[in-house]
Amino acid sequence: MNPKLLIATRKGLFSISPSNGAVDTTDFLGDPVSIAMFDARTGFYFAALKHGHYGVKLHRTQTLGGEWEEVDPPAYPPFPEGREPDRCPMRGIEIPWQLEQIWALVPGGEDQPGRLWCGTIPGGLFKSDDNGENWTLVESLWNKPERHKWMGGGYDYPGIHSICVDPRDSKRVTIAVSCGGVWQTEDDGASWNQVGHGLRFDYAEGDEAYDPVSQDPHYMVQCRDQPDNYWIQHHNGIFKSTDGAKTFTEINEAGPSVFGFGVAVHPQDPNTAWFAPAIKDEQRIPVNGELVVTRTRDGGNRFDVLKNGLPQEHAYDLVYRHGLAIDSTGDQLAFGSTTGSLWATADQGDQWTTLSSTLPPIYSVGFVE
Amino acid sequence: MPRVSFTRNLQRHINCPEIAVDGETLREALENAFSEYPGLRGYILNDQGGLHKHMAVIVNGEATLDRERLAQPVQPQDEIYVMQALSGG
Repeated sequence: MNPKLLIATRKGLFSISPSNGAVDTTDFLGDPVSIAMFDARTGFYFAALKHGHYGVKLHRTQTLGGEWEEVDPPAYPPFPEGREPDRCPMRGIEIPWQLEQIWALVPGGEDQPGRLWCGTIPGGLFKSDDNGENWTLVESLWNKPERHKWMGGGYDYPGIHSICVDPRDSKRVTIAVSCGGVWQTEDDGASWNQVGHGLRFDYAEGDEAYDPVSQDPHYMVQCRDQPDNYWIQHHNGIFKSTDGAKTFTEINEAGPSVFGFGVAVHPQDPNTAWFAPAIKDEQRIPVNGELVVTRTRDGGNRFDVLKNGLPQEHAYDLVYRHGLAIDSTGDQLAFGSTTGSLWATADQGDQWTTLSSTLPPIYSVGFVE
Repeated sequence: MPRVSFTRNLQRHINCPEIAVDGETLREALENAFSEYPGLRGYILNDQGGLHKHMAVIVNGEATLDRERLAQPVQPQDEIYVMQALSGG
């Protein structure tokens, strides 16, 4: 099978050739697809929709461009009678006890047929053992007292957007929460510990800035072949871990900016990672209107600023957290932007090709191999 | 029997023509309609059983404000219309 890109957008799901930009299939045209995923273990494609009126839906198929089967999306259990609603610790607003958005959809390990993990807003993690037909809220995480310190970041309510299943041991799963820091289970979700120490929150000072539960990791990735190595594009910069996400160190310089959402790590080389920088939190556009990707090959000491083939004037593309993807070889990458442009590279970013500049706003990009 | 009809925009997702159903409350009437149309429930109600934020239910021309419990009594001659609220589009 020729590799293709699976592109979830605000107005549909597309599969596109990374070599020439040809659109192979179009599904859910006009509907918001919050995230899409291909499970190479089973050949299932999944699309999570977030209708403006009709709520969150989950569909699956083994043939793009054909019929999709709608399956029940994850559902929160009934709200316990007599319980006080959860409230945002910063603003006091009520955090809804219901599915607002599917924000992460990840296959389990090779040894867990049918297992999927699903991260949602307002912060529930769900798992399925039958390819998404039935979902269970991971109550061990939902019931952690520390969850009451979680709060919204870019969205009103907290959410789980990153899920890393350890290739060595499928029972070790590490998730990142905006805003709630990094959490890890060693026992397939039966119990959870806060990890991600060393992440720094810019709006606080002293020890409070390092409170692990107050962190806003925008996206977290794990190196496939050296899985103790993680990278995080955080609200306040770039961080890496070499000890299994227990602790992170901050990278202070990375080309034009350390702010952004997306990050990709080379599947074999943990020291090689890519980022899509924007000016800062309150100005989410490329620095000087010049769209670039930054790449380190030495674990963050030095960054290449990659711009060949990317627009260098009046470019206001922002790359969302699921919008930067890498293939299994580590040579091909692709990224899509909020202004509907899509670029790909076959040489680790030295040269980029524009695949489209007319797509809807892009939410997620993934390689199908 | 109360009659339940649905916004035409829903037909793109679920085939759900107008239907007459039993029910003494709005919830009973809707649940009886849902049992006739598999898959429809999640397009109108959230996972806690309340109306989706941007949906509305009109009973004889009046929007129901009891959006969580849907406990409003309904009469056999009532017309129930499920529609998109103008918010949220």
